[in-house]
Amino acid sequence: MTRQMTGARMVVQALKDQGVEVVFGYPGGAVLPIYDEIFQQNDIRHVLVRHEQGAIHMAEGYARSTGKVGVALVTSGPGATNAVTGLTDALLDSIPLVVLSGQVPTFMIGTDGFQEADTVGITRPCTKHNWLVKDTAKLSETIHQAFHVARSGRPGPVLIDIPKDVQFAQSIYTPMEKAKVSHYQPVVKGDIDQITRMVELMETAERPVFYTGGGVVNSGPAASQLLREFVEATGFPITSTLMGLGSYPASGKAWLGMLGMHGLYEANLAMHGCDLMINIGARFDDRITGRIKDFSPHSKKIHVDIDPSSINKVIRVDVPIVGDVGHVLEDALRLWKARGRKVNKAGLAKWWKQIEEWRAVKCLTYKNSDKVIKPQYALERLEALTKGMDRYITTEVGQHQMWAAQFLGFEAPNRWMTSGGLGTMGYGLPASIGVQIAHPESLVINVAGEASWLMNMQEMGTAMQFRAPVKQFILNNERLGMVRQWQELLHGERYSSSWSESLPDFVKLAEAFGCKGIQVSDPKDLDDAIMEMIRYDGPFIFDCRVEKHENCFPMIPSGKPHNEMLLGDADTQGVIGSKGAVLV
Amino acid sequence: MSPLNIKKGSTSHSAYDLRDPNAEVIETHTLAVVVDNESGVLARVIGLFSGRGYNIESLTVAETDHAAHMSRITVVTTGTPQVIEQIKAQLARMVPVHEVHDLTVEGPSVQRELALFKVAGKGEARIEALRLAEIFRAHVVDSTLESFVFEMTGTPEKIDSFAELMRPLGLREIARTGVAALSRGA
Repeated sequence: MTRQMTGARMVVQALKDQGVEVVFGYPGGAVLPIYDEIFQQNDIRHVLVRHEQGAIHMAEGYARSTGKVGVALVTSGPGATNAVTGLTDALLDSIPLVVLSGQVPTFMIGTDGFQEADTVGITRPCTKHNWLVKDTAKLSETIHQAFHVARSGRPGPVLIDIPKDVQFAQSIYTPMEKAKVSHYQPVVKGDIDQITRMVELMETAERPVFYTGGGVVNSGPAASQLLREFVEATGFPITSTLMGLGSYPASGKAWLGMLGMHGLYEANLAMHGCDLMINIGARFDDRITGRIKDFSPHSKKIHVDIDPSSINKVIRVDVPIVGDVGHVLEDALRLWKARGRKVNKAGLAKWWKQIEEWRAVKCLTYKNSDKVIKPQYALERLEALTKGMDRYITTEVGQHQMWAAQFLGFEAPNRWMTSGGLGTMGYGLPASIGVQIAHPESLVINVAGEASWLMNMQEMGTAMQFRAPVKQFILNNERLGMVRQWQELLHGERYSSSWSESLPDFVKLAEAFGCKGIQVSDPKDLDDAIMEMIRYDGPFIFDCRVEKHENCFPMIPSGKPHNEMLLGDADTQGVIGSKGAVLV
Repeated sequence: MSPLNIKKGSTSHSAYDLRDPNAEVIETHTLAVVVDNESGVLARVIGLFSGRGYNIESLTVAETDHAAHMSRITVVTTGTPQVIEQIKAQLARMVPVHEVHDLTVEGPSVQRELALFKVAGKGEARIEALRLAEIFRAHVVDSTLESFVFEMTGTPEKIDSFAELMRPLGLREIARTGVAALSRGA
């Protein structure tokens, strides 16, 4: 049966066919026909945001917490340019999104029309792919193709720019199953010879370590399951990047904690001292490697990644395996079992003894106080009081983000949403709303700093309107904490523009939005306040006044290798040379 | 250049890849990229090079299969072996890219460029220009009493040397197409 319909109706029909349940968006002149179609149906829910950046971050939170493609709808011109930060964020963190943008009518393109922007030109470098659809006949097929591209291979954001006349015009709708098969079909099965080499190296390694990343989460729950089985069966220690937290449970025996610039001492020293590094779905980001020349100098390196361009980009590896993490782990585990489940027991025992010595350093130790709330303490209490709950955590960007990664434990994948690659302040609040929309009954907490939080606080209106009871746990130090920390260590304690002046009263702000807020500054009141936040039926702003000058440790200074990490304030005098200072 | 016309740094005469991956040698590679001929595809490829700081020595593009809407982009680029590998991987993962061939390592290839030279002059210089053009097998495609336009195809090196010879003889303008290349054999 062929169906004739308008471009605008096609958009809604194609979204339904793709199983889309919710769209985050903001209307405007160039998308009015699509909004008119959304108005006339009930299958797809539209969440009206307060700013287009919020729409993209919500779609990211939705996608990251469900494993589905997130969808956003914005108008032309400013609607599209406001989406750019979110698109770049999703590109760097490999989050599958389909963003639909309106455009001026085709005959007006290029005339500097009202609210015209070269959207495909602007978003070309910040999407995995984008399309300007000039013909209604191609619209439905393009949307189906867009979903395929967004979720295939290394996931990422795509954008479809739809001129207004294309939305009005009529054509035949192409259903999903009739759409042309795309030639874009990334390889998912790894090369079996390389997987065999991987298993051989694992059988003899004396000091192996699993170094896992967001690729495990993106590959789906089965990949996390296989990883857990592999780790338990081999007894190898495992660390993870910021993006990969939860794919192996924090309560697991082999868990070393997060690695990297603010990673744990035992994790970073294991990376530095290992003789076999098994990188599963991570990309040797500069926050992980530190000084390239001295990165894990004595190890053979295996790298499993679905994106061939991630391999040998930064670090040369010995065994490159291009493929989906889940598929490769399945093959590797099967092969390792078939070959007799061999590991170097003696070597491993010695290695674990060494790791236990590093663990005994207890690198997350901080000096607590009974007068002022230490941010680490606030997170320890949050962790203790929410452990075991059906909990999702998002964060903003900065010190609080690193402390959250250090002090909160994640038992499952898709429970931790944070802006890793781009480091987008203002991500956490909208992301938490996206997560809550997907999981209405769950406890969703955004661990925030007051400065980041202010960047997209308008989205509290969205939380209220759509009854998303998100908990905003703001560690308020009245500082841009991470900037302040770097200025202390690198710029002679000249705190240039790194304090938060004229902050709002967060409790009154919560009331102004119609929800509830609380301010706590005494450590004694913390537990009760956290419980009040959890129990409150609705959005909640928690203004947690914390120590203003706390620094985040451990820390690998920029330009330093893993074995030169700083554990606390006494270590920090004159440690970062001028070369490190330029590395941020 | 060797008599076999194999460029320095190329290993196409060896059964093994002799390049040291850790050597920081800058190499020149000719890549053939087969793409969907959709709008913006060239901008995408160029954007990749500028955005990631890669070099473009020359670039040609045209539709080569009208029915299938496919274009072929030939790009000559320079970089360390690691950078060249990155460029190929980055190109290959783009959605409209179907194939990436590194003609420099995939075996012998032919590389040709077309150039037009406008040379103005009188008397001896004019005669000398015409004589050299004959030696280089350049064709005269336009002529006035005071000028010639020569057309020549050849390797970029041949075009360079002809341009050098024409310079003192009244070279006014050059237009070059950039390299088009195909692998040798079937």
